[in-house]
Amino acid sequence: MEVARFWRTNKQRYQLVGEECPHCKGKIFPPRDICPTCDKEAKVPYVFSGKGEVFSFSTLHQAPAGFERYAPYTVALVKLSEGPMVTAQLTDVDANDVKIGMPVEMVTRVLREDGERGMLVYGYKFRPA
Amino acid sequence: MSFMKPSKPVGIVGYGSYVPRYRLPGEEVSELWTEGNAGLPVREKSVPGLDEDVVTMSIEAARNAMKRATGAHLTIENLQQKIGAVWVGSESHPYAVKPTSTIVAEAIGATPFTQAADWQFACKAGTEAFQAAIGFVSSGMAQYAMAIGMDAAQGRPGDALEYTAGAGGAAYLIGPIEDALVEIEGSLSYVTDTPDFWRRQYEKFPEHAGRFTGEPAYFGHIMSSANALMEAMALKPSDFNYAVFHQPNAKFPLKVGGELGFSKKQMELGMLVNDIGNTYAGSCMIGLTAVLDMAQPGERILVTSFGSGAGSDSFCLRVLRKPEHNGAVKTRDYVARRKVIDYAQYTRMKGYYKLN
Repeated sequence: MEVARFWRTNKQRYQLVGEECPHCKGKIFPPRDICPTCDKEAKVPYVFSGKGEVFSFSTLHQAPAGFERYAPYTVALVKLSEGPMVTAQLTDVDANDVKIGMPVEMVTRVLREDGERGMLVYGYKFRPA
Repeated sequence: MSFMKPSKPVGIVGYGSYVPRYRLPGEEVSELWTEGNAGLPVREKSVPGLDEDVVTMSIEAARNAMKRATGAHLTIENLQQKIGAVWVGSESHPYAVKPTSTIVAEAIGATPFTQAADWQFACKAGTEAFQAAIGFVSSGMAQYAMAIGMDAAQGRPGDALEYTAGAGGAAYLIGPIEDALVEIEGSLSYVTDTPDFWRRQYEKFPEHAGRFTGEPAYFGHIMSSANALMEAMALKPSDFNYAVFHQPNAKFPLKVGGELGFSKKQMELGMLVNDIGNTYAGSCMIGLTAVLDMAQPGERILVTSFGSGAGSDSFCLRVLRKPEHNGAVKTRDYVARRKVIDYAQYTRMKGYYKLN
């Protein structure tokens, strides 16, 4: 497991810390230092509210390696209230109850664990709000 | 007797709780292991989801505490700069070596200039962090300190504890009295070397000394601690509006409260064990949050924890004002958010199946 890669993204995974463009005030997630709207430098940290709605979703029954114990689970495109779209797992909801347009909120949960000896990876998921 | 009263008044500035969504009814355990013949120590217990542990539950409780702490002159951003300690008491820290508290501190934005530590004292790990936070703030070493009691408790399959070992807990932000919702009037700790319950290193499940866990351990320590605090403060049970005791099952807290002279009415608001089970280090701490959601200014509360091994912390609290919830979920709302699971789903969520 790439410990350094996870460590570098702690703030965005735990708290939804992205960026705000100082030029066009666009909100950026994940942080990428260049505004995707106006192509100018954007390095001002911005903490997202964690509120959003389900734009689209799919339920996985055949989970990829490392996620088998969580199957079946639903992955959604969540449109954050500040604008950006993020891909994340939904949690605390039954697959049949998920609807497009459903209001959701961010929670910090276990994303995966690297076997019995590896590190635990925590990050954002969304649940019904 | 070592009575603890902060030299500079401090209080609870914000509080928050968390209970997972899933519930295992006692009948499920009884049916599997005793063909339904066992008496149930609680109606049902809370079970953490597949993606939940003490870290994730502590984060949500701490975020709720910070929401309630915000007001006219305190914002979340202010608090993130001023929280001088993030302490998590639990007997189910996810790592044996690697602090829960640094992950929680990072997630609530309190890093990097803060104290962080994990506390351990069976079921009173949370109240000992709370007690230390009072001293830390009162001494001026921190402006605010976050004390959390949280557990995702273990019970060996078929054991009496499997009916009750639940999940959840609470977080308290201790701070200056000017910002406080609740004043901490005094505290006291009573400990002895009493081996009533333990878990050895590398063992998955705890061991307990059966009936011995009652009189010399739970009752002896809680009675001594609560009586000593009331004596030190020249208070009697009728001076309190509410009392919250550690809740390992539905019977013990009512019995010990009754023996101390408290009525059922004084105890019922903080009694959650029948709905969520024993949340160990979170037990009386989450009970207190249910009281604070409803209590009125001027009301006085006795809180007494119990931790095996053994010890008991007592606190005398006085409500100063009602909280602004600011989006924080009330404890009874977490309790009401429930999805019942069966024993097979429970064993999967607890990770008893080997997939690979």
